[in-house]
Amino acid sequence: MELTEADHKLVEVIAPGLPFVSRPYAVVGEQIGMDESEVIERIEKMISLGVIKRHGMVVRHHELGYRSNAMCVWNIPDERIDEIGEKFSSYDFVTLCYQRPRRLPDWPYTLFCMIHGKERDAVLKQVDVLAEECGLQDVERAVLFSGRRFKQRGARYAMKESQ
Amino acid sequence: MSRAAMREDKSHLLDDKDRALINAYQGGFPLSERPYADVGEKLGLSEEEVIARIGKMLDEKILTRFGPLYNAERLGGGLTLAAMKIPEAEFDSVVDQVNEFPEVAHNYAREHELNMWFVLATETPEGIEETCKRIEEKTGYPVYNMPKEKEFFVELKFEA
Repeated sequence: MELTEADHKLVEVIAPGLPFVSRPYAVVGEQIGMDESEVIERIEKMISLGVIKRHGMVVRHHELGYRSNAMCVWNIPDERIDEIGEKFSSYDFVTLCYQRPRRLPDWPYTLFCMIHGKERDAVLKQVDVLAEECGLQDVERAVLFSGRRFKQRGARYAMKESQ
Repeated sequence: MSRAAMREDKSHLLDDKDRALINAYQGGFPLSERPYADVGEKLGLSEEEVIARIGKMLDEKILTRFGPLYNAERLGGGLTLAAMKIPEAEFDSVVDQVNEFPEVAHNYAREHELNMWFVLATETPEGIEETCKRIEEKTGYPVYNMPKEKEFFVELKFEA
């Protein structure tokens, strides 16, 4: 289903965040000539379409003490990516899991998973658990901890999904 | 814990009610006429208290925002993860050049030969390739574009 012009207007007006008033959806609607009930229905529709991934509080994980943000990458053979990706995503400590293309010769890795942990050593142990329990001890892998963070703009899009 | 880490970790500013709010509403915020009142009823807070606490956590930058988190691709835009290999001596000047692009979202240094990692979000899918080219022209270094090919679903939720 395509988004209509009215949907796009609503996307724009709620992008900075919901207003802090008793009836926020009514106030949003007033700005674009829409009823409160229509605003609510359109947001429901966009959630069901996946246009809105989540509706609520977007946290800064660093500020909650999750400072060891590790990108773990694995050179999983193409024919096993689906199986291993499903397995990885079932672990509580894996916060994101994606298949991405190799960039040879520098970058042989196909499966990316993020682990947001509070302690570096604990994250490394979790990577070992993944390798052992999924039978990947012999698979080439790398763990890229985050260093300095240079920019985090108020994520209007689901940027957290990618890193 | 390093001093820098202490400074960044703001979890001590949260009380039990703040934690309950964060843990319950990283998604699924009510779509009702009085959502703050409904949340308050569940957590034993008044409508005004819910509003004040969310506002305070935004001010303290514990939350980046409050409201919808969009999927850029489903809105018709482009989204990718990109990396660059930058010599240490030039890292700071290149990171400034890269961050000048409004399409660049969060940018992290990471421990690897590919040592700079950032997210690009563009209004159109074609904007990704075009932005990568412009970054390469500006910095003189190649951009490794690694768009997602498949996502394995994980519930992203940080416990406060």
